[in-house]
Amino acid sequence: MADLTLIEAVNLALARALEDDPDVVLIGQDIGVNGGVFRATGGLAARFGEERVRDTPLAETVIAASAVGMAVEGMKPVAEIQFAGFMYSCFDQLINHAGRLRTRTRGRLTCPMVLRTPVGGGIHAPEHHSESPEGWLAHIPGIKVVTPSTPAAAYGLLLAAIRDPDPVVFLEPTRLYRMLKEPVADDGAALPLGRAFVRREGADITLVSWGATLVEVGQAAQTLAERGVSAEVVDVATLRPLDSATLLASVSKTGRCLIVHEAPRLFGAGAEIAAQVASEALMSLVAPVGRLAGYDTVMPLARLEDDYLPSAARIVAAAEALMAYR
Amino acid sequence: MKTAAQFSVSYHQFLNAKGALAEPPPGLDLPALVPVYRTMAFTRAFDARAVALQRTGQLRTFPSSLGEEAATVGLASVMRPDDVLLPTYRETGAFLWRGVTPVEIFLYWAGDERGSAIAGPRGDFPISVPIASHCGHATGVAAAFQYRKEARVAVCVLGDGATSKGDFYEAVNLAGVWRLPAVFVVINNRWAISVPAARQTACATFAQKAIAGGVPGVQADGNDAVAVRHVVGQALERARSGEGPTVVELLSYRLTDHTTADDARRYRSADEVSAAWAEEPLVRLRALLAREGLWTKADEEALIADNQARLEAAVADYLATPPQPLTSMVDYLYAELPAELVAQRAELAAREGGHHG
Repeated sequence: MADLTLIEAVNLALARALEDDPDVVLIGQDIGVNGGVFRATGGLAARFGEERVRDTPLAETVIAASAVGMAVEGMKPVAEIQFAGFMYSCFDQLINHAGRLRTRTRGRLTCPMVLRTPVGGGIHAPEHHSESPEGWLAHIPGIKVVTPSTPAAAYGLLLAAIRDPDPVVFLEPTRLYRMLKEPVADDGAALPLGRAFVRREGADITLVSWGATLVEVGQAAQTLAERGVSAEVVDVATLRPLDSATLLASVSKTGRCLIVHEAPRLFGAGAEIAAQVASEALMSLVAPVGRLAGYDTVMPLARLEDDYLPSAARIVAAAEALMAYR
Repeated sequence: MKTAAQFSVSYHQFLNAKGALAEPPPGLDLPALVPVYRTMAFTRAFDARAVALQRTGQLRTFPSSLGEEAATVGLASVMRPDDVLLPTYRETGAFLWRGVTPVEIFLYWAGDERGSAIAGPRGDFPISVPIASHCGHATGVAAAFQYRKEARVAVCVLGDGATSKGDFYEAVNLAGVWRLPAVFVVINNRWAISVPAARQTACATFAQKAIAGGVPGVQADGNDAVAVRHVVGQALERARSGEGPTVVELLSYRLTDHTTADDARRYRSADEVSAAWAEEPLVRLRALLAREGLWTKADEEALIADNQARLEAAVADYLATPPQPLTSMVDYLYAELPAELVAQRAELAAREGGHHG
């Protein structure tokens, strides 16, 4: 079993999907010969042919729309949007078409497509390259929203997304692409969508997060442990449909909940989780539900980026504030 | 100075407004025009009935296609059954030709999703209301046909206003680069609600918008069923034989309001509409068929009676269609009902019991 980075795991899953299913086709900008700007599709055009790993013109709307058309016609398109900040023109396709074709045709037509895009800050990229759009996406009925936090999760969740009968937006944390390696088996095994994963068990407080922020959450949990606080870390992984049961079970056990995400706090995905915890696990709570998120502002440019993102120190402080409730 | 590139847009008309057939296209199959005429006439009767149903509170907002029957029926009549139609919302004639039932069309405009759960043609896309957003679906469908080496064509129908949107340009451009088996049919009915074609574009034709995508653009009299069938047929043949996409502009005229919620008198003159009536598509086709001995007064009378009988039956079936269960709101969102919707489904089911139990 090879040690892989997250981007290598994405590449491995795409190769596996192309190998297993002739209906799988990749489309996107610079994904062919160039292998994608992050090399997610590196080597795939040479191996599977340019008809299956197909460069598109520089036009995000028609990339998403073509994926819808291909999916309705029975293929399994995996479209890449180069950066999340460039996917906003695809929202028309996701909201008006991908998410509602099954409903509005009463199941006659379906849309088994995947839209992949790198998300989040932390690599000091140019403007519009560090967005966290998961909250907007998770508000769309009929869409699934998935974000992996480890190489193995990226492999298993991406395979699940490609095999899923409904449209999936797959958000790949840019910051994690080459940050860490772990063993990933190319066994073709998918991980379940709609399932949250307990990444660390604990008794005193539940830290809920997803994607790249789980790195800082993990560091914070370690610091908290050294200070005598046992934190449980839950990786949401699939924001829509949300695995409320796992989240509520954890909070019911610990009695405290801190939700950490990179996107702005106001009307973010953390608000929905906080509301569910408040209404479904109220009697278990010994502290108010906490949220630590990006500031409610525009994602800053590179120089202020690190100060915007939730840091391990700020997560520890927020957790300790909740621990003060007895 | 040299000329770097030159382009032209051809215009095709065979059957003029007076019913004269000038230089018919080679191999013109006159008897094949009889079913085309019949469906055009049924479409017009259907439109009138739909408007009447709306005016009496038995249908929601409806967009009549009055005057555009040669375009919609004509383009559908040269498609193969396994081609895929990607319509906007004013192609009732195309739906009827391809086998969508009047009941299904009524249901759609009544605000009932079952109107898009058509029994056939199974692969056709449902009505697409967000303007031009379906153009890229056609490139995707066509890419699937190309990838599978199937001799099928994606036929995307849009209006003149839709050509102003980036979605249209992106789709035509991609279709050109990938040489896709797609045909984009622009039905230019001169009015995008209240905005006339001259305020939609500075282009002399809508067909020429294809040229920027490296795609041929042709224009035809969209009220001439012979010309519609000829140009769309040629575009389909090009696409089917691997020669790539075409943009076809069909010149027609919307003889009535944009929808039943519109009043066209606010923005265009009665004189203009009267003049357009002289160009309408049914009379000229009927004149041709009569002259060729393919249509008689008795045929016409029988058709009118038959159309009315079909519509009476369809309206009765439509009005008798039982409502959908409330749970249908959530039952088709995903292939499998996710946990987050279980409680909402149960609530809807309970409300159902309260209403109907």
